[in-house]
Amino acid sequence: MSFPWAKEYTPTTEFGQWMDKQLPLPRFVYNSVGAGYPAPRNLNYMWNFGSLAGLFLVVQIVTGIILAMHYAANSGIAFDSVEHIMRDVNSGWMIRYAHANGASFFFIAIYLHIGRGLFYGSYKAPREMLWLLGVVIYLLAMATAFMGYVLPWGQMSFWGAKVITGLFEAIPLVGKPIQELLLGGFAPDNAALNRFFSLHYLLPFVIVGVVIMHIWALHIPGSNNPTGVDVKGPQDTVPFHPYYTAKDGWTIGLALIFFTALMFFLPNALGHADNYIPANPLSTPAHIVPEWYFWPWYAILRAFTFDFLFIPAKLLGVLAMFSAILVWFFLPWLDKSPVRSGKFRPKFKIFFGILVIDVLILGYCGGAPAEEPFVMISQLAAAYYFAHFLIILPLLSSLEKPEPLPNSITESVTGKPLKTAS
Amino acid sequence: MATVETAETAVAEEGGVRRRDFINIAAVSFAGAGAVATVIPLVNQMNPSADVLALSSIEVDISAIESGQSIKTSWRKQPIFIRNLTEKEIAEANAVQTSELRDPQTLAERTTAGKENWLITLGVCTHLGCVPLGAAQGEIKGEYGGYFCPCHGSHYDTAARIRKGPAPKNLEVPEHEFLSDTVVKIG
Amino acid sequence: MVRIIGILIGLFFSGWLLVSFGMGAKEYITNPPAETAEHEFHREAKDISFTSDGPLGKFDRQQLQRGFQVFKEVCSACHSLRHVAFRNLEEIGYNEDEVKAIAANWAIQTPDIDPATGEMSSRPPLPADKFPKPFANNVAAGAANNNAIPPDLSLITKAREGGAPYVYSLLTGYMDPPANLPDANQPGPGLHYNPYFANLNLAMAPPLAADDMVSYSDETKATIEQMAEDVSAFLIWTAEPKLEARHQTGWAVLAFLLIATILAYLSYRTIWADVKAEKKKKTADA
Repeated sequence: MSFPWAKEYTPTTEFGQWMDKQLPLPRFVYNSVGAGYPAPRNLNYMWNFGSLAGLFLVVQIVTGIILAMHYAANSGIAFDSVEHIMRDVNSGWMIRYAHANGASFFFIAIYLHIGRGLFYGSYKAPREMLWLLGVVIYLLAMATAFMGYVLPWGQMSFWGAKVITGLFEAIPLVGKPIQELLLGGFAPDNAALNRFFSLHYLLPFVIVGVVIMHIWALHIPGSNNPTGVDVKGPQDTVPFHPYYTAKDGWTIGLALIFFTALMFFLPNALGHADNYIPANPLSTPAHIVPEWYFWPWYAILRAFTFDFLFIPAKLLGVLAMFSAILVWFFLPWLDKSPVRSGKFRPKFKIFFGILVIDVLILGYCGGAPAEEPFVMISQLAAAYYFAHFLIILPLLSSLEKPEPLPNSITESVTGKPLKTAS
Repeated sequence: MATVETAETAVAEEGGVRRRDFINIAAVSFAGAGAVATVIPLVNQMNPSADVLALSSIEVDISAIESGQSIKTSWRKQPIFIRNLTEKEIAEANAVQTSELRDPQTLAERTTAGKENWLITLGVCTHLGCVPLGAAQGEIKGEYGGYFCPCHGSHYDTAARIRKGPAPKNLEVPEHEFLSDTVVKIG
Repeated sequence: MVRIIGILIGLFFSGWLLVSFGMGAKEYITNPPAETAEHEFHREAKDISFTSDGPLGKFDRQQLQRGFQVFKEVCSACHSLRHVAFRNLEEIGYNEDEVKAIAANWAIQTPDIDPATGEMSSRPPLPADKFPKPFANNVAAGAANNNAIPPDLSLITKAREGGAPYVYSLLTGYMDPPANLPDANQPGPGLHYNPYFANLNLAMAPPLAADDMVSYSDETKATIEQMAEDVSAFLIWTAEPKLEARHQTGWAVLAFLLIATILAYLSYRTIWADVKAEKKKKTADA
């Protein structure tokens, strides 16, 4: 929208002109995802995961609303109502498996989207607000996913709720009252289940609201691109429609192939067997783990095994786990390197590669039982995680000598200096 | 859906289809068809589920209902009236000229041959769905000795046919059969 | 300023993690955790396949009926099947009348309220009823079974790591404790050694103790292995009755998506053709 060469929306029909005067919704769509939005011509496939995250958000909302028509948020019958959906409701099994696996695909898309932003410096000026809103979406998605996992009221639901609300107990003085406030009791029961259901239904719509702001904030400076170099003129861009709608369109098909293959042929592969046992407050499963998308954070939580002076290890773990995500809020000001794209930062590239492997290791340890050697490995991995964001990135911005940048996007695409630009 | 239509109009305008347009139209049509196909299960889930359909027939023991008495039972979560008509009530019902009725039906059409004294109807007023009075002991039976709906004043006769008031139809007779002299299967 | 505070916080977290690692490693080396007997003696589920396995899997209805017979004559005395209704048996090949007869002759009655007196009473189950539970509640179940509550079996093949092969292994895995089993892990009174069970000893006595405990109507020899396999297959069905519909729908959806995606990809290629051509041309010029 901020590009002077963006195509002006001109309604051709009389109805179009009337509509444009009364409620310029077609103009709005045209300018945000239509031909009126010039996008850099060199976006690679890493730029497709935003639209895919949006796709799976829609899948979750649609299937979720349907599940809520049959689900009963009562600790006495919640488990049975889920089985009722799986056995008796027409196509109920399909809708529930789509919802359960859709959550995983939403997080796959989000993680790749975040990784893209981290590597290509999409969080840097002038896109800080875009990045901050993205982190807010991620936090809301985590809260929504956690509460959704409680709803089937299986063993993992119950003990997940107990362990996660138990984190708040680590807060000095007010911890216990806060945990009781969150649960509406001393352990998860009907009160907790009902409020989690209410919030699980509400939060996705809050996410939609923040997503709209996220896309709004995107359209102020326009998309970043793999070179990180600003768009200089019309020759650097193509209209979003049909170029990127077509590109997003076919990758949506591809993503749906993976999604349906999983939900129809391995629907429980990402779940946990214990959640098919009804919640039992008197017996803890042998091995409590959250869903896979929380594993890296869970590993950081468990990595703190020793008290530091007067701070108990439990509180340290909780602080570290939240800090590990909250650090993203400060990222635009921690990494001051003027070069956006990691492509032109030789040292950053190496550290970024280590970070990716590091988070995968953390994830593996988070899903493994709390035994050696996983605890020691996750201590090393967590140490690198904090060092990367809080020490390496700030120092690297002053110490690293970036490679020469191309003069323009067109030059990077064609390998030819931009001299004919008009 | 809308995208499919625009694709079609594009064909009509150009008269002929070039290969690249054809591919775009085919892709968009496929996406549209897929979206429509996805909607089917998403709507079908609202239909009665298997456990609800499983309850669609019940067997009722009617041995304890004396002549002139009636019972209320429930079928598909709706009240059912089972009434053992007296000779007098049968005679009253048969005396009516069907041509005078709003919903012409004889008692014989509404009961099983040889079991004309067993009148089995839904206890749901055909006006707006209230439960009429007259099945339980001591309830008002209306001006025609059958059932009376207090909501908007519909009077039904001893064959549960609408005689007076706003209801358009007779009380519905559910599909039923007598498994023996004392057991009737409804549904 | 942000960077300085960040570096300090980073040094604190990373530093303390490294110190913790050092202390943990020292502890690990000087005092290594002992191998537990559960680790040493526990066995992974046996390798056994079922016709319902894999993306093309279908149920063998004959086998499901045999499995149902094992459940009915052996398991149902202690284990409930509370998510399955008698009417569901039509899905494994019984007709309506057979289902009615199975329900009416079921050994356990369905609790109900006497319509005349309002007292608690019981009646033979109807096809629409779920399988009645052998024990009224968990307390009764525990009291009758030495405080070990027999789990509900409707979801058992989804509720255990290892699924149906685990159930099969458990049923056929009873044996005498090995000679080198530590005393602490010896089966106590009322317990039975089974290396496929997580803590090696379980309260359930071997339910399939001898061949021909049930007599199959289809001439299949009722060996212990055969009965265990059949009842495991039956329990796959009770846990996932929609498995066949899921596989069929899955293939239809995948076939459709494959064609749609190829078309969308071709569409993407034609739309980008001019941009790519321009890039090629310019690259060639340079």
